[in-house]
Amino acid sequence: MSNLVNDFVIRFANVNGTGSASANTLFAKSIFRMGVPVTPKNIFPSNIQGLPTWYEVRVNERGYLGRRAGIDLLVGVNPQSMAADVRSVRPGGYFLYDSSRPLDPSLLRDDIHYIGIPMILLCQKHFDVPRVQQLLKNMVYVGALTALLGLEMDVVKQLVVEQFKKKEKLVASNHLALDLGFQYAREHYDCPLPMRVERRDNVGDRIMMTGNTACALGAIYGGATVAAWYPITPSTSVVDAFEKYANRLRTDPETGEKKFAIVQAEDELAAMGVVIGAMWNGARAFTATSGPGVSLMNEFLGLAYFAEIPAVLIDVQRGGPSTGMPTRTQQSDILLAAYASHGDTKHPLLFPSTPTECFEMTADAFDLAERLQTPVIVMTDLDLGMNEHLTPPLHWDDQRRYDRGKVLDAQALESIQNWGRYLDIDGDGIPYRTIPGTHPTKGSFFTRGSSKDEYARYTEDGEAYRRNMDRLLKKWHTARELVHPPEFFQPRSRFPEAMLFFGTSAYSAIEALDELRAIGIELDAMRLRAFPFSQAVHNFIEEHERVYVVEQNRDAQMRSLLMIELGISPQKLIPILQYDGFPITAAAIISQIAKYHPAAADLLGGNGHSHALA
Amino acid sequence: MTYLRPTFRHPESPRNALGYTRQYYEGALSTLCAGCGHDSVSGAIIQACFELAIEPHRVAKLSGIGCSSKTPTYFLGNSHGFNSVHGRMPSVATGANLANRNLIYLGISGDGDTASIGMGQFVHALRRNLNITYIVMNNGCYGLTKGQDSATADEGSKNKTGHVNPFHGIDLCGLAIELGATFVARSFSGDKEQLIPLIKAALSHQGFALIDVLSPCVTFNNNPGSTKSYDYVREHMETTAAVDYIPEKAEITAHYAEGEACVVTLHDGSHVVLRKPDPTWQPTDRIAAMKRLHEAHQSGEILTGIIYLEPAGRDLHAMLNTTHRPLNTLREEDLCPGKEALNAINAENR
Repeated sequence: MSNLVNDFVIRFANVNGTGSASANTLFAKSIFRMGVPVTPKNIFPSNIQGLPTWYEVRVNERGYLGRRAGIDLLVGVNPQSMAADVRSVRPGGYFLYDSSRPLDPSLLRDDIHYIGIPMILLCQKHFDVPRVQQLLKNMVYVGALTALLGLEMDVVKQLVVEQFKKKEKLVASNHLALDLGFQYAREHYDCPLPMRVERRDNVGDRIMMTGNTACALGAIYGGATVAAWYPITPSTSVVDAFEKYANRLRTDPETGEKKFAIVQAEDELAAMGVVIGAMWNGARAFTATSGPGVSLMNEFLGLAYFAEIPAVLIDVQRGGPSTGMPTRTQQSDILLAAYASHGDTKHPLLFPSTPTECFEMTADAFDLAERLQTPVIVMTDLDLGMNEHLTPPLHWDDQRRYDRGKVLDAQALESIQNWGRYLDIDGDGIPYRTIPGTHPTKGSFFTRGSSKDEYARYTEDGEAYRRNMDRLLKKWHTARELVHPPEFFQPRSRFPEAMLFFGTSAYSAIEALDELRAIGIELDAMRLRAFPFSQAVHNFIEEHERVYVVEQNRDAQMRSLLMIELGISPQKLIPILQYDGFPITAAAIISQIAKYHPAAADLLGGNGHSHALA
Repeated sequence: MTYLRPTFRHPESPRNALGYTRQYYEGALSTLCAGCGHDSVSGAIIQACFELAIEPHRVAKLSGIGCSSKTPTYFLGNSHGFNSVHGRMPSVATGANLANRNLIYLGISGDGDTASIGMGQFVHALRRNLNITYIVMNNGCYGLTKGQDSATADEGSKNKTGHVNPFHGIDLCGLAIELGATFVARSFSGDKEQLIPLIKAALSHQGFALIDVLSPCVTFNNNPGSTKSYDYVREHMETTAAVDYIPEKAEITAHYAEGEACVVTLHDGSHVVLRKPDPTWQPTDRIAAMKRLHEAHQSGEILTGIIYLEPAGRDLHAMLNTTHRPLNTLREEDLCPGKEALNAINAENR
């Protein structure tokens, strides 16, 4: 093992429902507080209690925040998964276990180090209640890790104080458990290990937040007043967080009246129906779901597209198809979302890469949906939504005004002679709408999902239908330059080849670009942030001979979308994929791209990892 | 039916409290079959809104898909309408109502739209006590697709092709009472005298008001052997009580013999007077209402009028404790917590 100071991966193997989550979060946050970038990821089962769950923390002072394969230290406290856990440690790595009982000899490997901490025995000696012993066992291993990895105990203990702000009684016992583990490790092992954490100043003013919380805050700041949803992993915590912050920020302190309404609907169909009804009636509304919910919402998405009603949908993607892998991540709803519903439909999609962008894009989605009078879908994923990410602080400009789009009030209606709900006055394909109850005699119309003319009158006239469909296409072209432009990683294109990525693949893609450069593969790079694709996206692809399209699904869906929408030759777009349900790694990207560069590939180790990564 | 409607109206046509004539409440010309029961229901809605002196633009009319769901085009031309997707009107109406609690919501559906494809949404809007008048134009068949039986077709009822329905029919009123509905009524499209005051009472009710209107399909289900034909319904109607609706400000001037009338005061202060009720029947007794429905069913009668009424129910807004200002009138200063609050949230996440 090379230098492992501030550069390693530690994995905790726990049993679901045993209180390990808060201890593990405490560990990750302590490193963050020491100024060293961390990436914690929950790898959990679709289960309430009893099945194995893992928590993986990558520590990387250079700031690479993608998942990295290979485990340097494993905290194995789950007997169910222990054999596999031992096998998962890299040669030269560490296996930390509860030595209250001897380790089964079959679990011994001669190429890794074993660190035994008698966790439950220490707890039994100091705490009376069996349930408390089980819970504090987790704090004992955090205490041991504090010694072994050179964490600052003051930082860890301060976080405990903050965590139990409202239950002060628990602080002392948690502190004691930390000390027990710390002292035992100090007395029995050479602390700290070569693999350790050293204080740095590499996180700046960044925060740790989940994408789902950030989306919820985006909805609060974006002025959403109605949220309708149906519980589904991994999107549930979006509405949970919306409710938490809305209760805090949108409740009248005197009357208790709420400036928001949340409806837990009977299914995802109804959730989207509520959103459409609310936005038709002039309130900002959203729903959050995952792939199975988007499948159900197709019918309503088609209605909103054709009747031109704004809607905001947050799709926290998970492993599909069908029920798929409900607790694993993927970017596999792209084609479903882009063309949701029967007939000719297309929907703007936004692709945030960080919680900060989840916040911004969710708030922006309301402006876009109202400006374009159509559903806008924010495409996050389980990794982004449910894991805490190191991300720039959220920013809001108090001067910002909501863009409510082309809505006519009573005064405007008075002054207009010839109003038609679907008349394209401005030539941008976007008509003017009215909200029910605005004017006694002007501006009422019949909203419908059936074909209509410019004056919202039902028609089966083919020519009127075609005019309407063409106007919708014109509106789509308007959307191209209204949605978020791509991010470029160079002032202008320099190399014949490029990498294209989006969403959570960005973390590992950026790392892969650096590593590829180290072995002589130089690429330009672009991060897509929205669909429809702007001219800049098209130009970038045109400027390169070959573009590697990085994504987390089997069928290279974004590549298909680029081919369909921009008419790009399939030969030019090379799919770079990972779809095992885990966040994509830099190594996976590097090994697939290196195949196209035989000379450089020789510099890679047999396992596909570059030397710099191994 | 005639496609010519006289545009001339007598200048002395009666006007309501707002000074509008009945014509002001009409909509586009109906394209339903001549004699369709639904057109009579549209007429009753027009009359009820005219008599209540409702501002048409303060009404939002929503529907699903089907013959019945087309009718909002044919009444209240100055109201916004929303012809949504099949069976999903209740969720759209829920969102609309959450956005603006100050409008009057009128939901129009059919038996296919409510009792089959939309059953899930119907029962959930109902249990949330959404403040809406929900009218089902119930003809026991799918008209637009040429007469297939619907889920409300009675067991043993024969349709136009001679097919006898082997399945148990769903009684929407019984279901609604069972699920906690606060206003449940049934009527017949051919009985305006009953239907108009029922619609007025439903519009004044704060909460989910269901009116299941038997509305015969003249084209596909008006044949001998059908239990939803004009003749059959006329012959088998049994009424809980005659209904008078008395608006908030009017006094109850009519005299009713002792024991003959039951007065229920609605949330907005208006009254429903039920005349000549069965002395043992109480409109606010849920268990008695169920019993009465079952008894009528057993004896082959169709129970009409107000079947159950609970005027004090809490609607969805009351349950959610939403602000009295319509949510769609809130602006940045009401909704956006601002930069300082966000900085505090950032600090909590370091």
